[in-house]
Amino acid sequence: MTRVFQAVVIGVSTGGVHALQKLLGQLPADFALPVLIVQHMRPDAGSGLAKLLDKCCALRVKEADELDEILPGTVYLAPPNYHLLVEREGFLSLSADPYVSFARPSADVLFESAAAVFGPNLIGVVLTGANFDGSLGLKTIKQNGGVAIVQDPADAEARQMPQAAIAATGVDYVVALDGMAALLQKLAPRRTTMPHDMRGRDA
Amino acid sequence: MKPDEVEDVEIRLLLEGVERIYGYDFRDYADASIKRRLTHWLAESEFETFSQAQSLLLRDRSVFESLLRGITVNVTEMFRDPAFFKALREQVVPFLKTYPFVKIWHAGCATGEEAYSMAILLNEEGMAGRYRMYATDINETVLQKAGEGVVSITEMQRFTRNYQKSGGSASFADYYTARYDRAILSSALKKDIVFAPHNLAVDGEFGEMNMVLCRNVMIYFKPTLKERCLRLFDSSLLPGGFLCLGLKESLEKRKMAERYEELAPGLRIYRKRYD
Ligand SMILES: C[S@@+](CC[C@H](N)C(=O)[O-])C[C@H]1O[C@@H](n2cnc3c(N)ncnc32)[C@H](O)[C@@H]1O
Repeated sequence: MTRVFQAVVIGVSTGGVHALQKLLGQLPADFALPVLIVQHMRPDAGSGLAKLLDKCCALRVKEADELDEILPGTVYLAPPNYHLLVEREGFLSLSADPYVSFARPSADVLFESAAAVFGPNLIGVVLTGANFDGSLGLKTIKQNGGVAIVQDPADAEARQMPQAAIAATGVDYVVALDGMAALLQKLAPRRTTMPHDMRGRDA
Repeated sequence: MKPDEVEDVEIRLLLEGVERIYGYDFRDYADASIKRRLTHWLAESEFETFSQAQSLLLRDRSVFESLLRGITVNVTEMFRDPAFFKALREQVVPFLKTYPFVKIWHAGCATGEEAYSMAILLNEEGMAGRYRMYATDINETVLQKAGEGVVSITEMQRFTRNYQKSGGSASFADYYTARYDRAILSSALKKDIVFAPHNLAVDGEFGEMNMVLCRNVMIYFKPTLKERCLRLFDSSLLPGGFLCLGLKESLEKRKMAERYEELAPGLRIYRKRYD
């Protein structure tokens, strides 16, 4: 059975603004998967980052709102001070639950909820960061049959987060940021072959 | 069937059972968050699976109470989102002052920090003795804590910063007495707040309110339940009254929005029109 990926989730912290600009900047406008991102930030950071990224890349980037429908070729950034989660019916939800892995938003929360919904059809990515968030979530993604990609620690502005992820689970690809967009494009289905309609009854 | 799907079925059955036996209805909560919390509760319990827990859960109220504490998460802060409280002070209070007396409902107040923040703000703006607050929550354990008005002292530094950012200029330390590791809020803040249980999923409206705050509660609800809450708030509010939601909740795309004017864009403060 060949699997068809349905989403990419990314966890990133220290050095993330630069890393995301580079990675998203290299993805074409017709990239066929939705991209869900947790970038650690201060609780009062505002929504400037989404606007910045939207300007510098071909894909549409927006700060995630509750009940946003998860659409291909769209990048959703977790808002400051909220966890971002995936609902079974193909839309997003937010939570004000306590910090997880010392973070809110937490990549672990996003990864775990996405793994429960997308199972093997999920690509998890851990990028630069000076903490451990994302590693537990990446492990869950692997346990559910998904694919794990980690930025090469030697290439990362802060290596701790990639290292923790590599230590936590059997990672499929360890790559430098420069090769990441090409890898994601290789894994992603062509737009025309998008098989699924993610829209459920309630969406 | 995948193990995850079996668990989803178990969760549905469990929530159904809880509703039938105890009358607490969590069936319309968004799945991802409630699943996360239930899984945590299960991991800390003596049970292996939800099916295994079900039998005792439906017969032993204390097991249900522990589940209830597990699934209603009660994180809150004083002056959370300082910009919001600043807008309240500058743009809403001037309207409130024109009334001889105002009634305010905090729905989903958790341990009460938001209501206490509001009391500080109103007292500073010269409204002491001219308001009554009804602060409600589904979780009676947190309501009891709210009534005590005790906050961990380590939190106070953060709350003080929030307060200052929200435009507060008094000495925040005057609002509490430090006792070991705890801060006890002054009784002047407590006397006009009534804490009471209220379940947004099943209970009715609170009449004749000048202001309703419900922040970071409906993000946990599915659209149907969200709609129910908004209708409840709408019918509780007097014309000219204010509705305050969390920063990531909005009236956008809702029919009800026609009857409201957004006062401070992005801060989710709405005013009910008069007609
Ligand atoms: C994240 S806290 C929000 C606290 C505060 N309003 C704030 O924004 O800081 C959510 C609160 O909603 C309460 N809650 C959950 N379901 C509820 C329901 N059906 N009716 C009333 N309160 C509910 C929880 O017990 C919890 O205290």
